[in-house]
Amino acid sequence: MKNKFPRALQTIIIALLAFGVVALALGGYLMSVTNLVTRSLVDAQTWISTRYLAVVDFLTVPRDVASMRQRNAELEAEVARLQTLVIELQQQVTETQILSALVDFARANPENTYKAATIIGRDPSPFLRYILINIGSNDGILRGMPVVTYQGLVGRIDAVTSDAARIQLVTDSASVVNISLKNAKTEAMLVGSITGDLSLDMISQDVTVQPGDMVLTSGLGGDYPANIMVGQVISVRKLDYELFQQATVQPSVNYDQLQFVLVIINFKPVEIAPLLPTESP
Amino acid sequence: MVTLLAFPLFLLAMMLQTAIISRVTLLNGCADLILVILAGWALQERVKTAWQWALVGGALFSFISRVPWFVPLVGYLATVALARLFQRHFWQAPLLAMFAVCFFGTLAMHFLSFFSLRLIGNPLPIAASFNLIILPSVLLNLLLAIPIFFGMRDLANWLYPKVVEA
Repeated sequence: MKNKFPRALQTIIIALLAFGVVALALGGYLMSVTNLVTRSLVDAQTWISTRYLAVVDFLTVPRDVASMRQRNAELEAEVARLQTLVIELQQQVTETQILSALVDFARANPENTYKAATIIGRDPSPFLRYILINIGSNDGILRGMPVVTYQGLVGRIDAVTSDAARIQLVTDSASVVNISLKNAKTEAMLVGSITGDLSLDMISQDVTVQPGDMVLTSGLGGDYPANIMVGQVISVRKLDYELFQQATVQPSVNYDQLQFVLVIINFKPVEIAPLLPTESP
Repeated sequence: MVTLLAFPLFLLAMMLQTAIISRVTLLNGCADLILVILAGWALQERVKTAWQWALVGGALFSFISRVPWFVPLVGYLATVALARLFQRHFWQAPLLAMFAVCFFGTLAMHFLSFFSLRLIGNPLPIAASFNLIILPSVLLNLLLAIPIFFGMRDLANWLYPKVVEA
């Protein structure tokens, strides 16, 4: 009995103390103490967790890096392969579009027979504007045959070997093409230049030529078939004291980007040299 | 044997020239790979076949191009002659000699082309030809000069190894 009372008293005192502490805590009086304890616990927890993760990383990361590097190399190889494939497919699409346009052009102009060719090179001399194609006399190509694309006139065959041919572009400085201006209903001469620009000469002063007029081959001289698109007039120079007007032409064909051309193989150029008057002695 | 090597080398060079280099233009000028190769080859001291190489390169150029047939032959032979001359006088500064040969060789080749084309009726304006073709071509050839010179030097060392006296 003597032992039980103090024990009960102790219990009550402890309970009261505990209740008091809880009450103080709930009342916010132990906030600073609580914060101090909590902060210490959190710091300790963080330290333990960080060290644990560091140990785990140390034990596992080398294996992961090796496998990730291998995987990365595989994916990079795959990306490179797919990029190559994409470029090849884009190139094929472009070629298909060009060939499709050439086929459409050939169907729209059934009076001519065409032979398609690929551009394989350019004349090594920068003074000349000639291109090389991959078909020659074995494919029925002859000197003088006109060459076109679906956009318009390219030039004509200048030299032929068994499997290749050389084309003189209309932009060559020695090239002269007889043309007609569709709107002005007149004829003129289209000449090239070393810069690749096209210009018209021998336009009568009486004719009104305006920017935007279509330039087509006239067929005069027998070098080219008539009515092949060449380009559009972009500017006109008319001076009263000159015999003829001159004009600058924007070609319909981009001669720097040519990939495929069509050779008109059923056109035979007319040789007019014997008909030209000769000087008698 | 070394002369025969000119055929595959210049065939490859001509393929590169017509397919790629002629499309890479500065204004309207473009580099002349065969001329620079010849200059680099002829400047090597132990090389004995430069004249034969010039004939092979000139014949190939004449076959492909529309320029009169004698232009590349004479132009390349003149380039080799220049190279031999400079090689004797500037043997201690081979790179300087290479630049000089490329410069004067290109000028000789292009002026020859220009005047021969004018003679056969090609209406080339001289000022535009000089500004838009000749000068840019000279610059492009000078750009090619250094790598090709060292390539030719390696080729010459391989084909004509130095004899070490005991």
